[in-house]
Amino acid sequence: MGKLIPVYPQDVEDVFMETDLLIIGAGNAGCYAAIEAKRQNPDLKVTLMEKAHIDRSGCLAGGMDAINTYIKKGETAESLTRWSRDQAGGLLREDLYLTMAEELNKAIEDWEEWGLPIKKDENGEYIARGRWDIAILGSEMKVILAEKVREYGCEILNRVVATNFLMDGDRVAGAMGFHLREGKFYIIKARATIVATGGAGGLYKPYTNDGNDCHHQIWYCPFNVGTGYAMGIRAGAEMTTFEMRWCAVRTKDFNGPIDTISVGYNAAMINARGEKILAERYAHLGGDKAPRFIRANAPMEEWLAGRGPCYVDTTHMTPEQIKDLKTDYLNERPTFVLFLAARNQDISKEPIEIYGSDPYIVGGHTASGYWIDVKRATTVPGLFACGDVAGGTPNKFVGGCAAEGVLAARGAVEYLQNSGAGQNSLNKDQVNQEKIRVFRPFERQLNVGDGISPWEMEERLQRLMDEYAGGVHQFYRMNRERLEYALKNIAMLKDQAKYLVAKDWHELMKCNEVIDMLDVAEVLVHHLLYREETRWPGWQNRVDFPERNDEKFNCFVNSRRDPQTGRVEMFTRPYEKIVS
Amino acid sequence: MPPKVDPHKCDGCKGEKEAICMAICPGDLMYLNEDTLKAYCRSPRDCWDCMSCVKACPQGAIETRLPYQLGYYPAKLIPLMGSKRVSWTCIGQDDKVERFSYKNRND
Repeated sequence: MGKLIPVYPQDVEDVFMETDLLIIGAGNAGCYAAIEAKRQNPDLKVTLMEKAHIDRSGCLAGGMDAINTYIKKGETAESLTRWSRDQAGGLLREDLYLTMAEELNKAIEDWEEWGLPIKKDENGEYIARGRWDIAILGSEMKVILAEKVREYGCEILNRVVATNFLMDGDRVAGAMGFHLREGKFYIIKARATIVATGGAGGLYKPYTNDGNDCHHQIWYCPFNVGTGYAMGIRAGAEMTTFEMRWCAVRTKDFNGPIDTISVGYNAAMINARGEKILAERYAHLGGDKAPRFIRANAPMEEWLAGRGPCYVDTTHMTPEQIKDLKTDYLNERPTFVLFLAARNQDISKEPIEIYGSDPYIVGGHTASGYWIDVKRATTVPGLFACGDVAGGTPNKFVGGCAAEGVLAARGAVEYLQNSGAGQNSLNKDQVNQEKIRVFRPFERQLNVGDGISPWEMEERLQRLMDEYAGGVHQFYRMNRERLEYALKNIAMLKDQAKYLVAKDWHELMKCNEVIDMLDVAEVLVHHLLYREETRWPGWQNRVDFPERNDEKFNCFVNSRRDPQTGRVEMFTRPYEKIVS
Repeated sequence: MPPKVDPHKCDGCKGEKEAICMAICPGDLMYLNEDTLKAYCRSPRDCWDCMSCVKACPQGAIETRLPYQLGYYPAKLIPLMGSKRVSWTCIGQDDKVERFSYKNRND
């Protein structure tokens, strides 16, 4: 099948569909939501809208080597919540975290029953890899999950790129998008909608970006560009804590995970002098158990102080351990094994170098995302959220995103039962306006034949965010003046979006993705500006407000963009302590 | 990183509705050349090296290459997918061979 060519919006065929529950994004959270909805009520029509292919979409495309939130014997939902609060600098939605924690183990045990191998000891107990972690052989875990979604009789629409919610007054009544292969526009009316599109990678320039072949050498799934956030922002949904960015210590030049090494094999972070960084310089903050943002920042501080490069020290590891470690990587980021082989690196002699990643907006690791209630309902009626796109619940990880999918489905099914929300007549103007917006890069290609490619605009945004909104090249630092410069230029870019051109449907997807990224970046910068303190050095370093200010900012910073005026309104919501 | 397709092994998945690498790629990056009907990666810079295409290719025609900016030529990593097991062969830049095999699906 060849590439589909540009067409005018009025020439794109419409496909109208109706469903009970629409789930946008068939990653981990979306799949769990679909299965749970069918378990609650097998008669419901459940439709998944997925821009890739359900078998390998989302963060788990390459697999995973551990579940990082499993409640083991002697631990409780409360003790996990307490740990997460410490890791998150004291700020999380405890109501959300506790309800998620109650579902964690069941979700993982289901996955095992469906076929996911979990490593066990001779007594049949899961092998621990740290306090909350268990080791899995998860390279095929997404394929296994997708099979289950099919078995439960859900409708799966692969290669349909969601662009905006379908609105019925102030209620979300489904979504719209285009099919990459059919070249058609989909209008899906739904009685309830769950957004599960993941977080946002690629807002910032990665230091691994050398122009041609390694633009996407990033830790987070680069195909998660924040579309679900952008759709919510455009619909006036309340968002929370975007300023709590996820910047992590990763393997240098590859951007691979290091918890696999440091937690799994007790390999300490060391600086160029061989000093154990956390034990020697961060003992007062918990040493090896210091909060994640401290650990993320530590090697970068060493580098700045002239004590880099930094490493995770693997030189004590036995050949068996090294084989196990490489097997872990083959289950999560297989090409890290290739990376070591391409450098002839024997990690028992040469430690693995580490460095900070580019920043991501990821509700599964930090608290960025939709402001939701315990039913996982967003502030827009008819819309629920789960996984990386949902906020308030840092340290969810893979298990938590699955658990939250379950909760969002229950919330949506209850909404369907209670509201009796019927199918209203379709607002044709809304559909036509959306087609004009979505297909504008085609119109420009056909009418003018010259303009800006989505890659050019993406790189302009990434450079801007990196230098003026605290990217890795700036050691995550920012101040008011730089952030205001970023906002001014994001406004320019938003205006420039009218010059985007797309020569085929893949490029049309890229154009719409970069438009989504601009909306997310704008809201992110507003959040970074508003929090005039430094709560999470490494994640959010305001050099003009270097101290933590509990008096003013022990609260959530939230935002809402007015759908009529486009103005972003900032406000706070109180933090509520539930677990003592 | 950029999946390299061996044109001698790739048959364009003739019997399928859509070439399997094209169907599976999470980034919509694999397409068929309209003249040769062989697969290629349309935007190597956008690949996440998840190896989904490499694992799915029935002809074993796709290899994941590291970007040269990050690692030296010519190391290789080749998965062999069984129904419940995967076996990997990794050949270093210095020709050192490592093999891995593990269960990736419960019975």
